[in-house]
Amino acid sequence: MLKFIRTTVLFFAVLLTAKANASLEIVITEGIDSARPVAILPFTFKGATLPSQRLDEVIAADLMRSGKFSPLASIKFPQRPPSAAQIDYAAWSREGVEAIVIGQVTEVGIDRYTVSFELIDVLKGSNAASRQSLNAGRLTTGGHILDSRETTISGSQFRQYGHRISDIVYEKLTGERGAFLTKIAYVLVNRQLEFPYQLVVADYDGFNEQILLRSKEPLMSPSWSPDGTKLAYVTFEKRQSQIYIQDIYSGRRTMLSSTPGINGAPVWSPDGRRLAMVLSKDGNTEIYIMEVATKALTRVTNHRAIDTEPAWSPDGKELLFTSERGGNPQLYSVNLLTGTTRRLTFEGEMNLAGSYTPDGNSVVMVNRTRGQYHIAKMDRQTRFLQVLTKTNLDESPSVAPNGSMIIYSTMHGNAQVLALVSMDGRFKARLPAVEGQVKSPAWSPFL
Amino acid sequence: MKLNKVLKGLFVALPVLTLAACSSTSSTDQSGADTSGVQETVQVETVEQVVSPAEQMRQKLEALRQENTIYFDFDKATVRPEFVETLQAHGAFLSANPSVRVTIEGHTDERGTPEYNIALGERRAMSVVQYLQNLGVSAGQISTVSYGEEKPADTSRTEAGFAKNRRAVLVY
Repeated sequence: MLKFIRTTVLFFAVLLTAKANASLEIVITEGIDSARPVAILPFTFKGATLPSQRLDEVIAADLMRSGKFSPLASIKFPQRPPSAAQIDYAAWSREGVEAIVIGQVTEVGIDRYTVSFELIDVLKGSNAASRQSLNAGRLTTGGHILDSRETTISGSQFRQYGHRISDIVYEKLTGERGAFLTKIAYVLVNRQLEFPYQLVVADYDGFNEQILLRSKEPLMSPSWSPDGTKLAYVTFEKRQSQIYIQDIYSGRRTMLSSTPGINGAPVWSPDGRRLAMVLSKDGNTEIYIMEVATKALTRVTNHRAIDTEPAWSPDGKELLFTSERGGNPQLYSVNLLTGTTRRLTFEGEMNLAGSYTPDGNSVVMVNRTRGQYHIAKMDRQTRFLQVLTKTNLDESPSVAPNGSMIIYSTMHGNAQVLALVSMDGRFKARLPAVEGQVKSPAWSPFL
Repeated sequence: MKLNKVLKGLFVALPVLTLAACSSTSSTDQSGADTSGVQETVQVETVEQVVSPAEQMRQKLEALRQENTIYFDFDKATVRPEFVETLQAHGAFLSANPSVRVTIEGHTDERGTPEYNIALGERRAMSVVQYLQNLGVSAGQISTVSYGEEKPADTSRTEAGFAKNRRAVLVY
């Protein structure tokens, strides 16, 4: 029997043997018009071996995908200045460009490159330039250089460092931390394969896809540990649901729960010491909290209706959950200290899969209205509910750690794909899968 | 209904089938073939084989496996009247064969969230368990697993497809 399970179910992908399938290629569907124009100039290169990845392409794609910026197409560049000193501010200003990223890559050794860049405010730069002419050519740094950095990296670190530059640019220009150096975990289902269910981790933009687990039976509900090193998930490899933790770097797996009935929806507490989960071992579908170290269980809900989909408040003091106790599924919150339970949602036929935004001010959920499932956001103070998406059969929303975007799964044609929507609902993009169905996306914490 | 017909049919057909299978071997000894006019020297006869209890059980299981799916309405876990007879056939078999174990798989269509659907699939599986237990099947013979929306029988995402996916399956 053991051999049967071993041979039929599992095959571990050796970590770091992944190939970038780029099965997530972004298509912007709405909202680019409200974005701020910026210019990412190609980095000048000094050396013999050209790096395989262009930094300006990574940065431009990141900023565009954030929905907040619209990088100018390179054919519209009024000039190609070799350094910041040669920037013709008036020309860039005429193109409406707010900020410019300009940089250099210098090969300094075998597979070693020094990358430097400057982020320049065009408006302040043009003021500084006019003062410069008034001051008879003496350069005055009028604060137009918003940031400048220099780092030495290897050839394989270009994408990663590109995301780092994007984070810096995004934070300088918006005042909000960038989330470009984050990852997403998701489940890929391809029924043509011998192991149809795959647990995958990729950069947030879909590059560097790495398969962490392949199984013949369903995999569900990946959830990141707050330190970004582990995933909790549900596996059916033993023909029953079980909750496992897997270290994404070592591949080490630990079985956490395998009670009769449901073992589902594991979600890490903000301090990483506990997991909220759903078990039906006591008869009904209820929410429990498990201490990861001791596996000690505390029961949170006790109702004959379905209680599921727990989500922690950012301070770890409350759980949000879906309950059918009012007749149809709606969102409730429970104070873990007092046990006080309150219903949060009243609009729509159903509200499911709730989670708090990182600032704790809003709740993101799946709203069903007139039979349509869409992603919605509710302000906790005003209880105002805003439907953010127009796509079909939306589910599994997961909020970026900076609260700027929601990744979710939806239907495109007859395929389940991942999509992005900005928190204000104005920017929408689709990440189409090449083969198979993509589901249960989970955005990592800041890494 | 259908299942009972299949079962009855099997009971009638089986002995005939075995008989037919046997009679095909009751041919004359052909050692001195093509010598026309020569009288047969031996005639082989057979005894009708008795179907062993184990074989009977296997046949019944085979028949039950033909009709092992109960369909449900959207967001519901109540057994519809047209599936009562199916469950009764399974219940009678399981009561008569206490050593046999069955797993009830609960499934949903792809609408709603995966986690909610796991709970709904479990509820469907449990309503089948309840039904079987009321028919006298012991709890120890039954286990359940809810796959929610993870294992659709029909991936078309049409109303007809959704209807085929809202199901409980009795797996022996």
